[in-house]
Amino acid sequence: MLLRHTPKDSIERKALTINPAKTCQPIGAMYAALGIHGCLPHSHGSQGCCSYHRSTLTRHYKEPIMAATSSFTEGASVFGGQANLLQAITNIFEIYEPEIIAIHSTCLSETIGDDLNQIIQKASDDGKIPLGKHVIYANTPSYVGSHVTGYANMLKGIIRYFPEATEKKTDFINLISGWVEPSDMKEMKRLAKMMGAKTIMFPDTSDVVETSLDGDYKMYPKGGTTISELIASGNSKKSIGIGTWATKEAAIALENKCKVPFALTDVPIGLQATDRFIQAVAKAAEISIPDSITNERGKLVDVIADMHQYLYGKRVALWGDPDQLIPLVEFLVDLDMKPVYIVTGTPGKLFEQKMKEILSEKVPEAKYKAGEGADMFMMHQWIKNEPVDLLIGNTYGKYISRDENIPFLRMGFPILDRIGHSYFPTVGYMGGLRILEKILGLFMDKQDAESPETSFELVM
Amino acid sequence: MGSILTDRKNQVLTKKLGASTDIDCAKESLAGSVSQRACVFCGSRVVLYPVTDALHLIHGPVGCAAYTWDIRGSLSSDRELHRNSFTTDLREKHIVFGGEQQLYQSMVELIDKLKPEAAFVYSTCIVGLIGDDVEAICKKVEKEKGIPVLPVQSEGFQGSKKDGYKIACDALAKLVGTRNNKEVSKKSINILGDFNLAGELWMLKEYYEKIGVEINATITGDGRVNDICNAHKASLNVVQCSGSMMHLAKTMKEKYDIPFMKVSYFGIEDMSDALYEVANFFKDEEMLRKSTELVKDEISLLLPALEEYRKGLEGKKAAIYVGGAFKAISLVKALRLLGIETVIVGSQTGNKEDYKLLADLCNEGTIILDDSNPNELSDFVNQTGADLFIGGVKERPIAFKIGIGFCDHNHERKEALAGYEGMINFAKEVYASVNSPVWEFTSRKKQK
Repeated sequence: MLLRHTPKDSIERKALTINPAKTCQPIGAMYAALGIHGCLPHSHGSQGCCSYHRSTLTRHYKEPIMAATSSFTEGASVFGGQANLLQAITNIFEIYEPEIIAIHSTCLSETIGDDLNQIIQKASDDGKIPLGKHVIYANTPSYVGSHVTGYANMLKGIIRYFPEATEKKTDFINLISGWVEPSDMKEMKRLAKMMGAKTIMFPDTSDVVETSLDGDYKMYPKGGTTISELIASGNSKKSIGIGTWATKEAAIALENKCKVPFALTDVPIGLQATDRFIQAVAKAAEISIPDSITNERGKLVDVIADMHQYLYGKRVALWGDPDQLIPLVEFLVDLDMKPVYIVTGTPGKLFEQKMKEILSEKVPEAKYKAGEGADMFMMHQWIKNEPVDLLIGNTYGKYISRDENIPFLRMGFPILDRIGHSYFPTVGYMGGLRILEKILGLFMDKQDAESPETSFELVM
Repeated sequence: MGSILTDRKNQVLTKKLGASTDIDCAKESLAGSVSQRACVFCGSRVVLYPVTDALHLIHGPVGCAAYTWDIRGSLSSDRELHRNSFTTDLREKHIVFGGEQQLYQSMVELIDKLKPEAAFVYSTCIVGLIGDDVEAICKKVEKEKGIPVLPVQSEGFQGSKKDGYKIACDALAKLVGTRNNKEVSKKSINILGDFNLAGELWMLKEYYEKIGVEINATITGDGRVNDICNAHKASLNVVQCSGSMMHLAKTMKEKYDIPFMKVSYFGIEDMSDALYEVANFFKDEEMLRKSTELVKDEISLLLPALEEYRKGLEGKKAAIYVGGAFKAISLVKALRLLGIETVIVGSQTGNKEDYKLLADLCNEGTIILDDSNPNELSDFVNQTGADLFIGGVKERPIAFKIGIGFCDHNHERKEALAGYEGMINFAKEVYASVNSPVWEFTSRKKQK
């Protein structure tokens, strides 16, 4: 057993993290930047950071992920990274010709005190940024927050730079996307379009990290929010931030900068969160909800009713990011399941408060934890003490799944060992159906494989 | 898009008869390049990672531990401690007030609960800056807990992956010679620089045992702390992947007068040489006879099996971009055996000597690269019309986007590629990928 070292008795841990349920800020900044068309993310730090982030994103998407690095050396870490960054900006525009460079810092550059804003200003003053090209930045020290806050910080960086408010507001609404898959971004756009809303979505990684194979390698795939869309977002009549952790600060920043009022809504995973998303879009765009949407909703409700007997009372353990976990836990409760253990490495008191709201009445036995010490090791210990019927989370659950023989649904980041997440959404009513299909498939496959002959069923 | 940065023109070379084969290498990557290279920490981590019964604690923010959690397919015959991810998860408060207490506490907690045979404590970038005295804490814990606790001072910014290898070797060297609790015969070797990806080490072990060689320590594939502590008792160090382990071999030569030899286990020629050279070293007729027999048996099985694949591969062209240049040399030879010509070959960390060997080995017109990037690689692939790319995780999707076959020769290989069995696996993988029907559905932009 791979995790044979996990003891059943809970151990006192003051300092240590074992098998983390998060990673560091810069990778989030990199992913967000990929959602801008013609943008090359740039890691201001040692070479390894950039290499790790690219490798992880490549493993998750099975796509080429491009990013440059300041290639810090001993000298840079003593004398500051300004020279490296200035040279990097020149080199990048000369050779890779992006429209935008999106720089994020690392623990190293933050600690030595590099001021990205000042260095970019200097690059601009020295004429190192060609006319019509752009350099944006985000501060993402690895010892603060998690990959989720890194994503949020890059969104803020985008807002700081691009949107412009002119006299005239348009009838567009901004969909500020939380950290979801390209398939999910596409699905949210589809739903909004179906309702007749005009939208600008950013970032938008669809057609960037799930591109077609056409015999030509393109450094800047066709997808991503364009610069003109980003500028125009300042004139939109409203913004919807989809996922509090990832988008709240960007939505506030846009309101402050361009007077675009905003509403926050959960990532539309499951029935109720999708309802709220649809309502938010309808309200912001001042349109009514068409029958086609109501029809999709009805189908999801229908399948929930059909399959309730297989879901009722099933215990689930989940880990991942707050913006996903909150609506997902709510969905599981709506399915009459019992989300009993929930862990996120991303810190924030709001998470535990939200969990309490959703769970205290219906699943009072649930345990949940965010931030320090909330890791996969702890989750495994909980499971060892009282098992669950299903695991939902990123790839790192596969050890527990194997050791404890528990069905495992992969959702979240990263997924290193399955495909599908890039193409098939888990948001919206149809996404809810997909989650349901997957959960039922897992339960029924297990039943088929393990049930004694006498209770082996043809019809389920 | 012009594909080569002006400042790295001398890191690219096209082989021409009579022309210089001098290439710029072993230099720092240009700031702003989309380099495929990694950092010092990465180098140390991958080298030490396969020591399965040691604790690997990463002292730094969460990322460095998260990204190196079980990413290397190094198999273990026993403990699996190395497949977990342990980190001090430094937060802002530690950056301000220091992380020493956090480190000490973490180590004590882990050692008490998991009872590892030794602990490696990796310093990441930030630790070098905040000035934690990792060495002193390691000493303290070592004394309290009675197991070796080794600081690995692998701050990422100190250089490239190659520098990390050296630091890892230094940590291993501290273990070597500390114990004498193992019977080791006169005809024993240590295997250095094989990491037991997909169980390759076990195949090699079997070959060596068949010709009468005893394996003392395997460093680090399927590695055990006690074996490493007794490694000084072997008569010879056999070093593969010379980039990562030569430093340890040289240290052991100096300190214990153990000779070493450089080998490669990849491809028929190199694998056979690795056996013969060891037999010759021991000046043992019986061993040599057994080697000849083994090689003959294996080849007589292998060649007919390879023939099928060769038929489907004859005349194809390959691009190679790997971590170490020594591996590239073996690959060129192995591909040649399959009828494939290498048209592009490069590495992240090769030295002048390696590139000289490569240039001598390759055909006229072959493009040789140091520290390349995706743009260059894809341009050269189009220019040369390569049909196959051999590389690692970051190169795979690029090859596929261009519409050519790919073989992972890095951590993510799923089949053993070393030894005679490995050669068949390699041929099969290359054959399958190059001749996949999927390429018929794409319109490749070949510029011949």
